[in-house]
This record gives sequence, C-alpha cells and structure tokens, in this order.
Amino acid sequence: MVHGEAWTLKEFFVYPNEYIYWTIQIVMYPFMTGLVAGAFVLSSLYHVFGVKQLKEIARFSLVFSFALLPVAMMPLMLHLQQPQRGFEVMMTPHFTSAIAAFGIVFSTYGMIVASELWFVYRRHFVTTAAGLGGKASRSKIEQAWFLLYSVLTLGARDLGEESLARDEKAVRVLAAVGIPVACFLHGYAGFIFGSVKANALWMTPLMPVIFICSAVVSGIALCILTYIATMEIRKLVLSWQRKHGRALETKEELKSAEIQVVRMTSRYLIMFLVLAITLELLDLIFRGYTAVKSWDILRSVIYGRDFVNIFILQYGLGNLVPFILFLIPGLSIRRAAAGCALVLLGVFMMRWNVVIGGQAFSSSFAGFMHYQLPIWPDSFETFKEGLFGALMVGITPFVLFWLVTWVLPVFGRNDSR
Amino acid sequence: MITRRRFCKNALLVAGGIAMPLAALEWFDPKRLHAERKDAAPVRWGFLVDTYKCVGCGMCVKACKIENETPYDADVSRTWVERYIVTKDGRTHIDSPKAARDGFIDKRVDLGEGRMETIRDEDIEKAFFVPKLCNQCDNPPCVQVCPVGATYQAADGVVLVDRSWCIGCGYCIMGCPYGVRFFHPVYHVAEKCNFCYHRISKGMKTACVDACPFGARLVGNLRNPDDPVTKVIMSERVAVLKEEYGTKPQVFYRGLSREVR
Ligand code: SF4
Ligand code: SF4
Repeated sequence: MVHGEAWTLKEFFVYPNEYIYWTIQIVMYPFMTGLVAGAFVLSSLYHVFGVKQLKEIARFSLVFSFALLPVAMMPLMLHLQQPQRGFEVMMTPHFTSAIAAFGIVFSTYGMIVASELWFVYRRHFVTTAAGLGGKASRSKIEQAWFLLYSVLTLGARDLGEESLARDEKAVRVLAAVGIPVACFLHGYAGFIFGSVKANALWMTPLMPVIFICSAVVSGIALCILTYIATMEIRKLVLSWQRKHGRALETKEELKSAEIQVVRMTSRYLIMFLVLAITLELLDLIFRGYTAVKSWDILRSVIYGRDFVNIFILQYGLGNLVPFILFLIPGLSIRRAAAGCALVLLGVFMMRWNVVIGGQAFSSSFAGFMHYQLPIWPDSFETFKEGLFGALMVGITPFVLFWLVTWVLPVFGRNDSR
Repeated sequence: MITRRRFCKNALLVAGGIAMPLAALEWFDPKRLHAERKDAAPVRWGFLVDTYKCVGCGMCVKACKIENETPYDADVSRTWVERYIVTKDGRTHIDSPKAARDGFIDKRVDLGEGRMETIRDEDIEKAFFVPKLCNQCDNPPCVQVCPVGATYQAADGVVLVDRSWCIGCGYCIMGCPYGVRFFHPVYHVAEKCNFCYHRISKGMKTACVDACPFGARLVGNLRNPDDPVTKVIMSERVAVLKEEYGTKPQVFYRGLSREVR
C-alpha cells in the first residue's frame, strides 16, 4: 500500500502521485506548539508586565507550558516515515529549509522555559531540601526526594533578600526574552506552511502572524480551562477536608479568587481572538478580491467542500459563539469553561482547515482529495496517523503536567512575589 | 570580580574564536571552488517531450516502473501520461488511470473512486496526451525545503534523493508544484524520477526514452549545441510547465496546450 492511500479519496483529475501526505499529526503539531507558546505568553503577562491579577495563573501556565514542550515534538516523530533519523534535523540541518531551524528554535525555547522555572522555584527547592535534610531519620522515599531537590537547587542555596531579588529579576528577563522566542517558535510553524509556493491555500505571508495570534488564543483558553478544572478538584478536596475538620481555606475564598482570575484572563483571550479573526478574514477577502489563477478551486473548497468545517465549526462555533459567551456581562465559571472549550475547538479546526484543507485540492487545480480520518487502526500507520495517535498526543501533556506538579507544586504557594 | 575591561576582552576573544571556523567554512566551500573552475559542469541534462508524437500507449510508464523498481501495482509512478479531452462545450476532461501504465484502454474518462464518464465521439473538439516526469528544475523548491539535505541537485542538474538520509517528512512532496514526488512503498523515503541517473551517467538513454516506440521522449545534454534535444529547444517553439512558480523546469514540451495542468 502506498503511503496516503489508506485515507485519501480522489475525485476528478488528481496527479497519480498525489495523496494526503500531511495528516492529523501535522494538524496536531501546530496545535500543540500553539498551546506551548500561548501558555508561555500568558505567564509572561504577569512576570514582565506585572499584571497582578494573573499571578496565580502565571505560575500555573508556566509549568503547563513546560509540560507541553516535549509534546510539541511528538506529532512530528509520529509523522516521519523514518523517525529513527529524525534527530538528523538537528545534527545535519539544511538551512534553506524552514524545518531545519526547528532544533535551534525549539531547544532555545526549552532552555528559556526551564531556566525561568528554575528561578521561580529555586526557593521552593532550597526550603524543601533543607526541611528534608533537617530530619533526623528519613524514609527511603524521603531520601529520594531529598536527593532530587538537593540536585535541583544546583548548589545555589542562598535565600537572602538580595539573592531572592536577583531570582526575581532573572525571571523577569527570561520571561521577556521568552515572548519573542515563543512567538518565533510558533510563527515559524506558520512559516513552514506559508512558504510552500506549490500550495495555493498555504502560501501567504500572513500565515506566521495568523498562527501566532491563534496560538496565543488557544494557549490562554487551555490554561483557563485546566485552571478551572484543577480548581474544581481542589474544591472537592477542600470539602472533603472540611468534613474531617482540617481545611485551610474556605470554599468561598477559592471561588472568588477563581472567578477573578478567569475574568481577567478571558479579557486577554478576547483581545487576541479579535486579532486572529481579523487577520484570517483579511486573508480570505484578499484572496477573493485578487482572484488569481488558483481562486476558482480554492473557492470551491472554501465555500463548498469545506464549508461546514470552516464557517460552521471554525468561525461559527469556534469563534463567534465563544465571543458572545465572553462578552455577555457577568461571566460565570461555567460560561467561561464552555467558551474556552469552544475556542479550543475553533483553533483546532483552523489548523485542520489549513493542513487538511490545503490538500483538499490537487495541484492540477482540476481535482479534489478527501481525507478520511482512520478511526480503528488496522496497521501501525493508521494508528499513528489516525484518531488514536492524535488522542495520544492530546492526552500526554496532561499526564506530564500531573507528573511535573509532584516536583513543582502549582497551587497554594505564596513564595514568589 | 569581572571588570568591564576583562569582560569586553573576553567577549571579543570568544566572538573571534567563533568567527574563525565560520570563516573557514566560507573559504573552503567546495561548491564555489567547483564553480570557479573554467570547465565547470560540461553536462546539463534536459528532456524534450513531443506531445504530437505521443499516442498514450504507456510503454514508457511500464518500462520506468520495471527499470526503477517502483512496485508494479502500486498507485504511484515516477512518470505518467495524462489524457486531455476537450469537448465542444469548452470543458476539459483529464485522466491518467493507473498512471497510464497500461495505456488508455477505456474510452471513458476516469473520475476517480471507480466512477467513469462517457464522452461521445461527436462531442470531442480535440484530444491529446501529455507525458509527465520530474522537471529537474534549475531552481528546485524540493531541494530548498528538505530539512536534512537528503534531496540535492547534482552538478549536471539532476535532482537526486539520498535514500539513506531522507527522514521521510514529506516536505519536498508538498513543495513540488508538479506532483512528481511520492513515498516509495518499499523504502518509505521520498521518491521521484531522476532521469534514470544510473543509465544516463553511463551514456545510455533513460528507460522511458528507449521504450517509447514513437520517439515522443528524448533526453539530452543542454550544454551541447549539437545534441538533438538542444537543437529543437533552441530552434523550435517549446514550452515548459507552470513557469509561474519560478522553478525553471528543464523538461521542454512541443505542442503544449493551455489546457495542460
Ligand atoms: S519537478 Fe518537482 S521534484 Fe522535480 S526538481 Fe522540480 S520541484 Fe523537484
Ligand atoms: S521527505 Fe526526505 S527528501 Fe523529502 S524533504 Fe523530507 S527528508 Fe528531504
């Protein structure tokens, strides 16, 4: 079987070698890197611009962005035909290719996030290590934690006023440097598509900017959503603790803090959403107005074959409805959660409509290709590039996040200023 | 304590240290050395397709599949032949069933997924065949986008794929405006026509050129003014495919029509 044959349906004249080669994993790739970049930008709003209301969610989104990082690479590896050679992109990059920069951009960004995290958590590392170290007898597990935290301090155990102030300054600088790098990480994913001159739908210089805006939108939406979810869990835990008479905070305290954060954050969400939609519409209008050679086939894809995907799911459900949900005054937690979920759907559909939609027509401009997402895998290939492969990529960050929070607790800490 | 002076000094040293090996890369760029030699690349392979002569028998596709070990029944091929039927109502019907491996044995037009369209003879205004293959572009986007340099252009213009290096990302497949590339069903790396490089570099013709009973295909050296291919290109009216992409294709066509995609 030829790669791509399993999920491509051809109609009218399509070149014999054309199939849908870039599938669901290439939809997941910009979606996941978008979440990484967006989460980071959100955390930087607090660290750089000092938006005080975002303090709680800032730490949370920074850790989340860290947990998402390895997942940005996963879809690419799952997509490669020779994944064992994937590393060569970093070892022997061919710099005229947009993909070749991946290693550099990605590792720069990774280092920035990791070091920012370290500065944010250094105090926690030191105090925990000191606390465990002070104990007379440690169990095996405590010993392991002690070792881990001692290593994590990297020997910098000074907690004086001055050194803490220096930590804070480092965080600010790293967060500031991180913003352009995060935008670059994602804008460059847009460039990978936007620079393919052979593809009439992809080729536009607006692509990187559109990608960045929608990335920030999706990152913020996911952070709010996960934040709400974790808060709900904490509330459950609290009421359980109440019953056993050892609660620290009251439920109401949590609740009011939560709605504060959510309202503030969703304001930024709206801002970026408006920007993203404006650019996307500009692109669409421009294509229709200039109507170059490819417009005939693009029009039949955009207004015909992909109409539901583009106008109902992406713009309607994914943009317009959440827009209204957020703008109706008196935003409640539940409404915010629904809005964020829809925004995520919208951004996912945008990626889908770019990646799959860009291959919905043949480069002969005389035929169409239809992508059938493999659901039940009957081979490794249809697993990787099917529903379950995508779900695997989608779930991994949450598992990682859960693991990371064992070491880097996100909530109920007041040690950073 | 690091003083400002020491810092500046060290920074300069480091910058200089980094610049040195980079400069060496520039000095010893083998491509430039090669280009500066007077007799650089005496060969530039090109191709001439005479669509007036093509009858759509598909012998070339058959020969290519066997010669280059593209699995015979797989629905991909390094070369293919397209049939164009322009009807009196101005519509163009195009197909290439099985890449025309078996020629065009059915008069009906293949619409894909098993659907066929019957066209009555009296409705046909004109009809012709167009063989396709890699254009060995002078400005090949497929080479530009390969992230590891597994696709590269030889000095004689032919674009090649290193099967031991390709990571199978498919970026080159997306980058080629002609739909020439695909993933090899056995090796799972990017695959395309390379003018039968193993043959032409030994002085033979490509398998498709040898197989065509009507002389519709010719391969030749564009640097040699006496080559029959060069002569036709220089003296007759020829065209290339999709010039607007700026790829500078090196497969030339006689009798190209505006309907050709
Ligand atoms: S025709 Fe396509 S594969 Fe061949 S050199 Fe040109 S861009 Fe590359
Ligand atoms: S599929 Fe192979 S040859 Fe093509 S761009 Fe990717 S690594 Fe290069």
